[in-house]
Amino acid sequence: MLTFVARRLAYTIILLAIVSLTIFFIFDLIPVDPARLVCSKQCTPSLVEANRHRLGLDVSVLEQWWRFIVGLFAGRTFGEEGIAITCAAPALGYSFSRHECVTTIVAEAFPFTLSLALGAFVLWLSVGISLGVLSARKKGKFADRAASVFVLVGTSLPTFITGILVVLFIVLQFNLVNPLELGNWHNPFTEPLGWLQTFFFPCATLALAYAATYTRFTRSNVIETSSEDFIRTARAKGLTEKVILRKHTLRAALAPIVTIAGLDFAGLLGGAIITEGIFGLNGLGRLSIKAVTQTYDLPIIVATTLIASAFVLIMNLIVDIAYAFIDPRVRTS
Amino acid sequence: MSKFLEVTNLNVSFPTEDGEVRASNEVSYSVGLGETLAIVGESGSGKSVSNLAVMGLHNPVRTKITGSAVLNLADGPVDVISASADTVRRLRGKSMSMIFQDPMSALHPFFTIGDQIAEAWHLYNKGSKKDGIKKATEMLDLVGIPDAASRAHDYPHQFSGGMRQRAMIAMALVNNPSLLIADEPTTALDVTVQSQILQLLKDLQKEFNMAIILITHDLGVVAEVADRICVMYGGRIVEDGTVDDIFYRPEHPYTLGLLNSVPRITAGESHRLRAIPGQPPSLISLPSGCAFQPRCEYSTKVSSGACASTVPSLSDKGSGHLSRCHLDAADLNNLVKDKA
Ligand SMILES: Nc1ncnc2c1ncn2[C@@H]1O[C@H](COP(=O)(O)OP(=O)(O)O)[C@@H](O)[C@H]1O
Ligand code: SF4
Ligand SMILES: [Mg+2]
Repeated sequence: MLTFVARRLAYTIILLAIVSLTIFFIFDLIPVDPARLVCSKQCTPSLVEANRHRLGLDVSVLEQWWRFIVGLFAGRTFGEEGIAITCAAPALGYSFSRHECVTTIVAEAFPFTLSLALGAFVLWLSVGISLGVLSARKKGKFADRAASVFVLVGTSLPTFITGILVVLFIVLQFNLVNPLELGNWHNPFTEPLGWLQTFFFPCATLALAYAATYTRFTRSNVIETSSEDFIRTARAKGLTEKVILRKHTLRAALAPIVTIAGLDFAGLLGGAIITEGIFGLNGLGRLSIKAVTQTYDLPIIVATTLIASAFVLIMNLIVDIAYAFIDPRVRTS
Repeated sequence: MSKFLEVTNLNVSFPTEDGEVRASNEVSYSVGLGETLAIVGESGSGKSVSNLAVMGLHNPVRTKITGSAVLNLADGPVDVISASADTVRRLRGKSMSMIFQDPMSALHPFFTIGDQIAEAWHLYNKGSKKDGIKKATEMLDLVGIPDAASRAHDYPHQFSGGMRQRAMIAMALVNNPSLLIADEPTTALDVTVQSQILQLLKDLQKEFNMAIILITHDLGVVAEVADRICVMYGGRIVEDGTVDDIFYRPEHPYTLGLLNSVPRITAGESHRLRAIPGQPPSLISLPSGCAFQPRCEYSTKVSSGACASTVPSLSDKGSGHLSRCHLDAADLNNLVKDKA
């Protein structure tokens, strides 16, 4: 088990290095010159060169990448003496459009994204799993049919539509949230109600499609597992239906959900662009979209892309380890 | 005197889109404590379906069951077919147990062997977790698993096929049931392991004075362990007799066919191995007469085409040896002799 974890950890670190290097190479290929973008109106070739130097783009891609990695662990100073700015570790770069360390910008945006992802995750897991189990148990009956309508609606309505509908017909219609306060940050620990006001509807919107998918997935897994021989054995032993469902069926039926849920959650930690946009949440998704479409702020783009991929890779590692704990066939072979 | 289990006129059918599958058709059999009843027949003849009904393991919504299956328990008889689901559940594991064909898929892959046996024990016994594991270890030891104390902490995938079936037997017997239904317990195993498992069942039967129903499609495995044999075909019992009746005085052409397809060494003469030609009937649309008629080489010997038009009744050919055939036993014997 320990060697398994160590191997997976090493593997993840190598992958992170490769992915980050790839990101640097890809952005280098894009035919937009950040040095020219940040240049003032009276731009001269020498000013562009100076900018290129300030942005750290006058060295090879490999060197840029290496400076970034070092900065992650040791912090980094941008610019020349006199106007030098130091960003503490983990330094993700310096944004010349916002004149701030990228780490600071990301740290401001991340609580929005985390709140949204976590809230949606809890909602969709609880709704998806309970509806899935319910409709598997009541296969063909009214509850199952109602759940299948929910699945159909949830999987076919895109988030941007449900989001707009929720804002127009629930949030604004019933005055549930002051439009001027839409997207305001509230600390969930000191102002839980304010936090709920900001995040409940975005989380519910984001969770809808996932909840529908998880309902379908849970339902089919529970039905499939119920016809397994080992469930017949559990029944032959004399166990009650309740114990059979809770202990024997769900344990086997939900194991694969751990993997999928972990990866879906990781995907959202990189930012939920559409939901953040509709509900005015200044999370990572909105940050990166703005950086790409309005300012072409390369350090922010690189940082958010890297963060999103790092979450996926790290969650992959966690999910693999968690799965080994759940399934002894993985653990002991 | 009544036997421990008495199944009478059991009918089990499954309504499907293509029609009703009549998997068990007026089936009657009984087995006493300390006795072994073998139920033999080709795959799909209704052996498992009949016995799953006794265990109450059919889906109540999708299965139609009539008839009776009475367990003569110490505190009075219970008909498991008409009893409530909860009553039958409380009999499972404690009064009757069942083991299945594929011991790999029959054990839960996520729980240790010891936990799975202990879980069955805890259902009917008070005791700590430790007591449960201790009991599980005892049972594993009893069924011949070496180093049982440490193997109890292993998972099913760490056991070999034969070991898993031993573990299943340990689990089925942990509450000392009076009836054990073994549904093809050796079919998935190597030949050498097969005889070990059958021997184990025989030994345990002596120790616990159990009634055993041994389901198999292989007549070859029952000669040594069974007291009585029921031969099933197309959802019906076609012949029912003692081991000697079935092996030495078979009275049904299907039983003859089965015997011919089993390798036997008879004194002096070598035996030609012959599978029964043709396919078992579909249980949705059984032939109107004898279900075996399309495959039976003797059906032409019966006058007025009765084989194709009338279902033969299961009649006593003397001293409790039952057969479901229009042909007279003496006539069948003569025909067989003529052929040889
Ligand atoms: N749940 C079910 N629904 C429909 N048909 C079934 C069901 N279970 C068994 N059958 C059918 O009943 C017949 C007898 O099956 P079974 O008793 O398992 O045969 P076997 O003698 O091999 O144990 C088979 O044709 C099988 O397809
Ligand atoms: S009743 Fe007729 S068809 Fe059926 S087994 Fe007897 S002889 Fe053959
Ligand atoms: Mg069977």
